[in-house]
Parts: sequence; C-alpha cells; structure tokens
Amino acid sequence: MIMVVMWRYFNGRTARRFVSTCSGHGWWDKVRVAPKNPIVTVNESFLADPFPHKINLVTGTYRDDDGKPFTPQCFSDAEAKIYRYTLEETNSSEVSSKFVMESVKLAYGNDSFVVREGLYAGVPALSGTGACRLFAEFQRNFYPDSLIHLPDPTWPNHHNIWRQAQIPVKTFHYYDPDTKGLDFDALINDIKNAPDSSFFLLHPCAHNPTGVDPTEEQWREISYQFKVKNHFPFFDMAYQGISSGDIDKDAAALRIFVEDGHLVGCAQSFAKNMGLFGHKVGCLSVLTRDIKQAAAVKSQLQHIAHSMYSSPPIHGILLVTMILSDPNMKEQWKKDMKIMANRIRAMRTTLRRNLEDLDSSFNWEHITNQVGMFCFSGLAPDQVRHLEKLFHIYMSPDGRISMGGVTPSNVNYLANAIHQVTRISEAASVCMCNMH
Amino acid sequence: MASSVLSVATQCVSPNASSVSINETHKGKAKLGGSTLRFSKSSGRISMTVAVNVSRFEGIPMAPPDPILGVSEAFRADTNDVKLNLGVGAYRTEELQPYVLNVVKKAENLMLERGDNKEYLPIEGLAAFNKATAELLLGADNPAIKEQRVATVQGLSGTGSLRLGAALIERYFPGSKVLISAPTWGNHKNIFNDARVPWAEYRYYDPRTVGLDFEGMIEDIKAAPEGTFVLLHGCAHNPTGIDPTPEQWEKIADVIQQKNHIPFFDVAYQGFASGSLDEDATSVRLFVARGMEVLVAQSYSKNLGLYAERIGAMNVISSSSESATRVKSQLKRLARPMYSNPPVHGARIVANVVGTPILFDEWKAEMEMMAGRIKNVRQKLYDSISSKDKSGKDWSFILKQIGMFSYTGLNKNQSDNMTNKWHVYMTKDGRISLAGLSLAKCEYLADAIIDSYHNVS
Repeated sequence: MIMVVMWRYFNGRTARRFVSTCSGHGWWDKVRVAPKNPIVTVNESFLADPFPHKINLVTGTYRDDDGKPFTPQCFSDAEAKIYRYTLEETNSSEVSSKFVMESVKLAYGNDSFVVREGLYAGVPALSGTGACRLFAEFQRNFYPDSLIHLPDPTWPNHHNIWRQAQIPVKTFHYYDPDTKGLDFDALINDIKNAPDSSFFLLHPCAHNPTGVDPTEEQWREISYQFKVKNHFPFFDMAYQGISSGDIDKDAAALRIFVEDGHLVGCAQSFAKNMGLFGHKVGCLSVLTRDIKQAAAVKSQLQHIAHSMYSSPPIHGILLVTMILSDPNMKEQWKKDMKIMANRIRAMRTTLRRNLEDLDSSFNWEHITNQVGMFCFSGLAPDQVRHLEKLFHIYMSPDGRISMGGVTPSNVNYLANAIHQVTRISEAASVCMCNMH
Repeated sequence: MASSVLSVATQCVSPNASSVSINETHKGKAKLGGSTLRFSKSSGRISMTVAVNVSRFEGIPMAPPDPILGVSEAFRADTNDVKLNLGVGAYRTEELQPYVLNVVKKAENLMLERGDNKEYLPIEGLAAFNKATAELLLGADNPAIKEQRVATVQGLSGTGSLRLGAALIERYFPGSKVLISAPTWGNHKNIFNDARVPWAEYRYYDPRTVGLDFEGMIEDIKAAPEGTFVLLHGCAHNPTGIDPTPEQWEKIADVIQQKNHIPFFDVAYQGFASGSLDEDATSVRLFVARGMEVLVAQSYSKNLGLYAERIGAMNVISSSSESATRVKSQLKRLARPMYSNPPVHGARIVANVVGTPILFDEWKAEMEMMAGRIKNVRQKLYDSISSKDKSGKDWSFILKQIGMFSYTGLNKNQSDNMTNKWHVYMTKDGRISLAGLSLAKCEYLADAIIDSYHNVS
C-alpha cells in the first residue's frame, strides 16, 4: 500500500488515479498457454542440440546436397530486377491479376479451356495456408451447415484452418499402415457413404505427410465417384513440380477432375516449388460456369481477404509473376525443380538400398514407393524418440521424414540409425515373446 | 446410345488400368440418366465428360464494391485534365507521384547484397522486427518492455494485426463488444464482423463544429457495459483528422479505467501526424504509463510507405510477463490457421531501417518532410478558402485537424458535386486525403469546396 502511494507521488499524478494492477485482476488471466505445435517443438529441440552431426528431418523445407537452403539463380536475378522496379499502388492490382493468370495457367494447363474462357475466380493468397483459409471462410459464408472431409492423415494445420472457420471436420480413410500405401477401397467407400454434395479436401500430388498418392486410374475412379455423389473437390497443391519433377504430371489429378466437368477449388503454394517460403505467395482459384459467376465469386473472396489482411504482400507476387512470364526464367525454374525432385528421389533410393544392405528384416519398399518431400517411415513413436535421443536425428513424432533434409553425407548415418532402432524394438518384442 | 457411349469411353482408359476393371468403372455411368453427356476435346484426345454440374456457387451475389478503392477506379476512368484524386490515403509527392522512401531503397539494397534467405519466419514473425516495433511504439526504455510485459506478434499491416486482436477477443471474451468511433475507418466494421465480434459505436464527430463531440464520446464510453473494448485511433483519426487534446486523452483514460474497459489502439500514422514518432505515440504511452492493459495494432503502410508489403504488428501490453507469454502463444495459435507465418520482406525492411542508426535518422527526416508537406498543404488550402470565401464561415477546422485526412463537412450531395462538376474524387462522407493534394492545386480545390458547400444542398 505504501509502495502504491509512493508510486503515485513520484509520478506526480493526482491521488484519484488508480493503477489497475493494484486490483490484482489482469485481463488475460483466463488465457492459457497454447498447446505447442509438435513440429515446432521438435524443431526447437534440434536447434538446441549441440551434437555436430545432428540431422533435421522435421520441417518440409528443401535442402541441397550440402544441406543448404536452395536459392535458384533465377530468384536472385528476379530480386535484382524488382529492386529497380518503381512500384505504384495502382499497379499492385495489375500485378496481382497477372500473377493470378500465371498461377492458374500453371495449375490447369496453359491451354486449359477454363483459363482461356476465364471460367475461374482467382485471388492471390498468403501461401497455401492463406488460400485454404480463404476457401474455408468462403465455404462457411455460403454453406454454413457444411462439413469438410479431410484425408486421414493430413497436414495438421488443415484441421486448425477449417475449425477456426467454424466448419466441422470429418476424416476419410486414406493411409493404410499395413501396406504403407493407399487404402483405396476404404477411401472409395467413404466417398460413397458421405452425404451427397459434401466438401472434400484432396492432395493432388506428394501427399503430406504420407507421400502416398493415388495412381492415375485411381484418380479417375475417385473423380467418377465424386460425380455420382455431386461432391465438391478442393485441392491443396503445395508441391507442383517437385513431386515428379514435371509440372504437368504433378497437376494431373486436378486436370482429370476438371476434364470430368468438376468445378473444383484449388489452393496453390509457391513456398516449396519456388523456395519462397517467407514471402507467403499462393493463389486460390474456384472454377465457375461463366464469367459473371467468376466475377461474383472473386468479389466475395476479395471481401473475405479484405477483412483479414486487405491484400497480400507484393514482393513475392512480383517475383513469381516475373519468373513465370519470362520464358528464360521459367525454363530455368523448371530445370531447378527437376534437380530438386531428382535429388530427393536419389536420396530415397539410397536410403532404401542402405537399409536393405544392412540386412534389415523390415520391408523398406515404401521409401521409394512414396513420392514428394515426405516419407512416412512407419517408425513408432518410441523409435522416433530413440532416433532423437540416441542419434540426434529429428523427425515428426508420427515418423514422417522430410527427405529434403537427407543428403549424401548423412544418408548412411540415417540408415544405420533407423536400422539400430528397429532392431532394438524387434529384439525387445522377441524377448517379450520368449518370456511367455 | 448407351453402348456407343461405353465404346467411346473404353478408348480413353489407359492400358495400365489394373486395380479397377473397365466394366466396373463405367457401369455406374449409365445410371446418371438425366444428365446430358458432353464430348469435349482436351489434351489432344476426345474424352467423354459428364455434364458440368450446376455450380455450387450459383446463387452467389457480387460483393459490394469497396467505397474507397472504388473512388480510385472512377478517378482512373476520368479523362479530364483537371481531375484530382483525394480518395485513397496513400502519400503523394508535390508532383502527385507515389513516393518510395529513400531509406526503404537503401534497406532493400542492403538486403539484396546480403542475399538474405527466404525461409519461413516463425509464426510470431521476425524477432528483430518485433523488438523494433515495440520499442518504436512505447520507447525503448519503457518499463513495460523492460519488464517483458509486451506480447508482440508481426501482422499483415494494420488490417491483419487488427484481425488478430479481434480473433483473440472472440476466443477469450466471447460476447464482449468493441466500441468504435462514429465515424471510423470503413474496414473496422468488416474486420469485427468477419471475426464474429459484436460492435457498437460511440459518438465522435460533431458536424456542427466539424470537431470532436467530446461529451458524447465520454457518455457513450461510460454507458457501455463494463469490460467493453474501446477502439481508439492513436493519432490522426481516420476519416476525420480530429484528435483529442492531451487533456481529453487523460479524461478518456479516466473513464476507461473507471468502467474497467480495455483500450484497443489502432496506430496507423505514427510519425505521420505531427512528424515526430514519439509525439504521435503519446496517447498510447499515456495509457500504458497508467499501468493499464492495452491492445495496439500498428501499421507501416503510411509512415514507411510499405503499403504493398503488408507489415504491421499486434501488441498486447499486460500486467505481467507471465501473462504476456501466454497471450503471445495464443496470438500465434490464431495466426497459424490464417496464414501460418507472416511475410518476411516488409519485416526485414523495417528492422533494417530502425536498427541502423544512419537509416533511422534518415527515416525521421523523411517523415518530417512528408508530414511537413501535408501541413503546408493544409495551410495553403485554408488560406485559399479563407481568402476566396466571403461568407464568414469558419474554415479553421482544416488547420485543427491532423494527419492525412480532412473531414470537410461536405455531405453526400456536395461530395458528388465535387466529383461530377469539379472532377475531385473523394469519399462520400466528405473526407479528402490531403496526401493527394499539391500546393499547386489548392486554389482549384478551394473553388470546388466553396462552390459545393454554398451552391449544393
């Protein structure tokens, strides 16, 4: 009490002023600490680890053979060009329009009729997350009672995004832990059993976290079943170009659906395939029947964006637009993507071969069957823990390995470590059996 | 018909089909009956496509156009030479060109030379930026910062930061209202609506005096249920340009404390109002010095000209460092399903400018220059109107108002006259953006205003 009086005195304030902290009531008392994102937690452990040969296989960021982030030359060139570019705000919307046009061409194909006829509503978005969130809010505005069906498993943030938009989530069968592949029959069943006109989220390539993608035939069947049930397909495309190394091949699933007449929605991210993570560049497109509807849907999407962040940052958009509309830069970029995809495939092959050479009794075929940035290793939580504690190798708790972090210099160490922890578990379970 | 359809379809199936037999694939298609079958050419081969479904979004109407951006569009479409754009609050030079600050160019040059990577920022944004922005707002030696009671999260400019704050309110104070000034920036309502936070208005603008309705403001804040969030403009109120005096700020703080309300500042013009970064932060610092818990959204769109880079911050100043930590974790949790992590470019520019003493000094000088130009334009406009208008009307509010905007007191019809007759583009509420006015055009504008005020009702 005396302290308070003195505080007031020294502040020269009149006695009637109160200090709210005296009351002992803080506004934020009821705010709990948010649960830690498991990937962030693991990443932090990695950063804190002093072991010189530690390996980070957690975050889905691509690294080159030396373990360094990969910045393709065309980006440095583009950055230099932009620096000299005098931007007027009035040009922002022109740049954005050009950006959307280039993004949509990339996704649906240069000669796609939806692009030629303008049968899409497209807006730039804050990378993949932002595009998904825009769509989720849009879905809520116009279908407030709808659900979203997410594959099991999926990128965890999908759950957060739709939940935050107040849309309930249901999952559908996807990954088969026994085969470490696609549980196709159960997937088709779930599609058939869902109520007509349900909203579904699909990964068109390089499924995150499993790396398990349907074959072309399977995609056609899925598309057909969607037609029967009149479901809405929403694609989250985060790895176009770096899954197979071929832009068109990676968008095949999306294009199959479009050919079949579905009016899809698609979130595109340029974080991984252009290495523009920090610039938050993405695009949301929703196909429509005619141009008038396209304008209406676009206006609604812009309205939602307007009350969230107004407009996305221009820098990344400029970079992408510049690269996609310059034939030389675009060619160079395609080459760089092939390099990235090939490197990852090479690492998959090497890792699998190393494990087989170590006479591991487990089946490691899934390492090369799965595609894209991630390998769903099938390792159990305790094995993942052992890898971290004993070998200083960090991956997601669900056993997801980011292949981008595997290099020629660490792949042997990694194979050996995986072999050791699986042998330990195997030995332990043998012991248990023998005890009975 | 059915058989010919099937035979066409058969040709399309790839020879690798194994898991699904051809018959199974297509036997269901006959059931579709009612839909007309369409053939379309794609990828160089004929494929049978089932009719395009009726779009799920058939009934979706056009969203209303944004009133402010609509003004710019109309201006662009106008071919008349004398046209003047006083719509959007974006700074223009005397030559009415957009202005990229020199310090921004220098900072970007530094960044280019360094070849900074493009990796993801953490969810809360660039640490160097967060530190710089909190210190800029509160002063580096502010006890709140020293005691680590400030939770700062990088946001997507002012809008994005406000939205984070709104989301926090929605989650932790469900049912609590936000009180916003009448009038206020148009997007405030959209932000709170979309965040599902209810709002109500407090009286602010007095059309009779073209000044602040202070009594009305205090009454309305007092009348609000305890624990209401009160949205305040830190300086250079948008759209009116009317700010409370220091004494009035003290009284506003009094009543907010008495009613146990929580102040929520929108600081979009720090440095731009008076020309001094510190002076423009006085209102926020006053509240914080009293030990109040405060939310503050910041934007660097205007004062660093970084409109298109979307850089700002959400700050929550609370009563303990422990609670600041918890709040920050929840802000991050709200950001993650919005955009995962914020964009890096603008944050680096700000961090470089504020963190490099030479650049920081240069920035302060440039800001004084920008604010100075606006003050000069105000003066010239006032002088022009006063000398031309013989009616005895008091136009001194032009000088009393501060910042980029001026509420002229013109009504909708008069504003329309400004546009239709004089090709002066402004918003229908009578707001003009002085940032879009040059000294050279003050006489012309004076004529337009006088004509609209006196000859149109």
